[in-house]
Amino acid sequence: MNSDIHIKPFHHALCIRQEVCIGCSRCMRVCPTEALRVINGKATLHPEWCVDCGECFNVCPVKAIVVEDDDISQIFSYKHRILLVPSIFFAQFEEKLTLDAIKGILYEMGFTELCTVEQGADLLVDEINKYVGEFDGEKPVISSFCPAVVRLIQVRFPSMTDRIIRLIPPLEITAQYYRSEYEKNGVPLEDVGIFYVTPCAAKIAAIKAPVGGYNSPINGVINMSELYNKVFLAYKQKGTNENEYCNLIHSSLSSTGVRWATTGGESSNIHGRSLAIDSMPNVIDFLERLENEEIQGVDFLELRACDMSCCGGILVQDNRFLVKERIDKRAEELPARHALDESFRQVCSGYIPMERVEPKAMVKYHADLTIALERMEEARKLRKILPDIDCGACGAPSCEALADDIVCHRATLEHCVLMHAHEVDPDMMEKIWGKERFIKKQVKK
Amino acid sequence: MELTFQIRGGDFTSAGTASSKVRRTLKELGIDASVIKRVVIALYEAEVNIVAHAYNGQITASIDPEQVFLKLVDEGPGIADIERAMTPGFSTASQQVREMGFGAGMGLTNICRNADVFNIHSIPGKGTTVEITIQIK
Repeated sequence: MNSDIHIKPFHHALCIRQEVCIGCSRCMRVCPTEALRVINGKATLHPEWCVDCGECFNVCPVKAIVVEDDDISQIFSYKHRILLVPSIFFAQFEEKLTLDAIKGILYEMGFTELCTVEQGADLLVDEINKYVGEFDGEKPVISSFCPAVVRLIQVRFPSMTDRIIRLIPPLEITAQYYRSEYEKNGVPLEDVGIFYVTPCAAKIAAIKAPVGGYNSPINGVINMSELYNKVFLAYKQKGTNENEYCNLIHSSLSSTGVRWATTGGESSNIHGRSLAIDSMPNVIDFLERLENEEIQGVDFLELRACDMSCCGGILVQDNRFLVKERIDKRAEELPARHALDESFRQVCSGYIPMERVEPKAMVKYHADLTIALERMEEARKLRKILPDIDCGACGAPSCEALADDIVCHRATLEHCVLMHAHEVDPDMMEKIWGKERFIKKQVKK
Repeated sequence: MELTFQIRGGDFTSAGTASSKVRRTLKELGIDASVIKRVVIALYEAEVNIVAHAYNGQITASIDPEQVFLKLVDEGPGIADIERAMTPGFSTASQQVREMGFGAGMGLTNICRNADVFNIHSIPGKGTTVEITIQIK
């Protein structure tokens, strides 16, 4: 039982800058795994519970939460500098900044080759359909696309890790393709630097510490929001020179590929009953229903942590609805299969399978069942004493979380600010919250 | 650790509440998923039996480090011939119940398959008591 815990801690790409954090508790309230607490006036992360979804990053009013990306200058340690660009990146810019103009600017920044990330998607559609068709385990098969969802399942739904598809996402397929191409042409691999522009923190963590016994060939991850600023600045300062961009641009992309990272981008291509669910609360709700066996007969699930999928990524600059609109518009102009698809199939087929994703169940009380039972019992008693309004003033996201923290010796009952306030001015507190709420705790005390 | 639930006969919309709460509790305790699955299947079947056949009932789930013990006591018509009720496929369910996806006649069989110890006592005209034990280790 729980033998998979503590093997290795998660790599996290989100980091709280203690000197900037004002301890406002906004991040703590939105964390879907209750991994944050306020301690000594600062947000503090429980690293084994965090799934890198970035909800905290979105709500931080002082930008104390940062994404640990790779510095763009490191590209120059490689002779060949390949940038893998998601279609989301291009879709952030207004129409007057054309695709070719953006590519020209990126080339001038020092990249020697630009490739669209979703080139691997066409081939993956067939692989997923084959996998889902032949899958003899418990369905639905769950997509491996969104790394925050994969981690959420590892941590909060460990019994469902075997449903995660054992195929690498399109980003990794594309990275493998270009690495193989250089290798085939006799280029020493130490000269080849593959970089990815990420719309979120979870993808960084997944590249640095992949699941399923896989090693990513990607050498560095560039923050989409920073690259957006650089491109926009170059455009404002110098305009564009479309004649000078590199002729090694592989923008070949299909309508399937360009839509892949949007909601329904995967599921609409999968045979049988497949559903697309986006945003963390919806994903959690659905997984809970699935765990309770309330949902039957679904073959495939596309689950994405962000609202509107990657269009709503935490590092995407423009409004997610506008980004989605531009992607849909572009999809109309693109062919059903892209020009390099045949070549992708020849090169990548062997790279696509990965091993099973290992569970990393949250230890809520204790790994020893006897102790866990004692603590759970104690926490249930405490919950009857606590006011049950989840004010968060104790530094925990809910009364339930405070009760759990108390029994695990991370907090004490004195942390409950409301109970103190009631002692000081019972009339005022009861006027707001009612007598009942405080009577029960006085009896127990 | 003890959890208790009151069940109302005929309330199919709430059927499954006890089993899903027990599932959550076992999961929070870090109990092996295969054990949780057996507990939930057995409990769900027994819970639905009360909803489908009895007037009302009470479920008690006791969890200790060695085992999960489930006791379901109902007030209802009881079972006249337990042996026959245990036959796979045997069902007394009305058409209305079957249309809701229940009453396939596999309830007691499924409980028995998933339990380490299974006891059933019934007094016709009074009610039925079901006891299910599932070992954790």
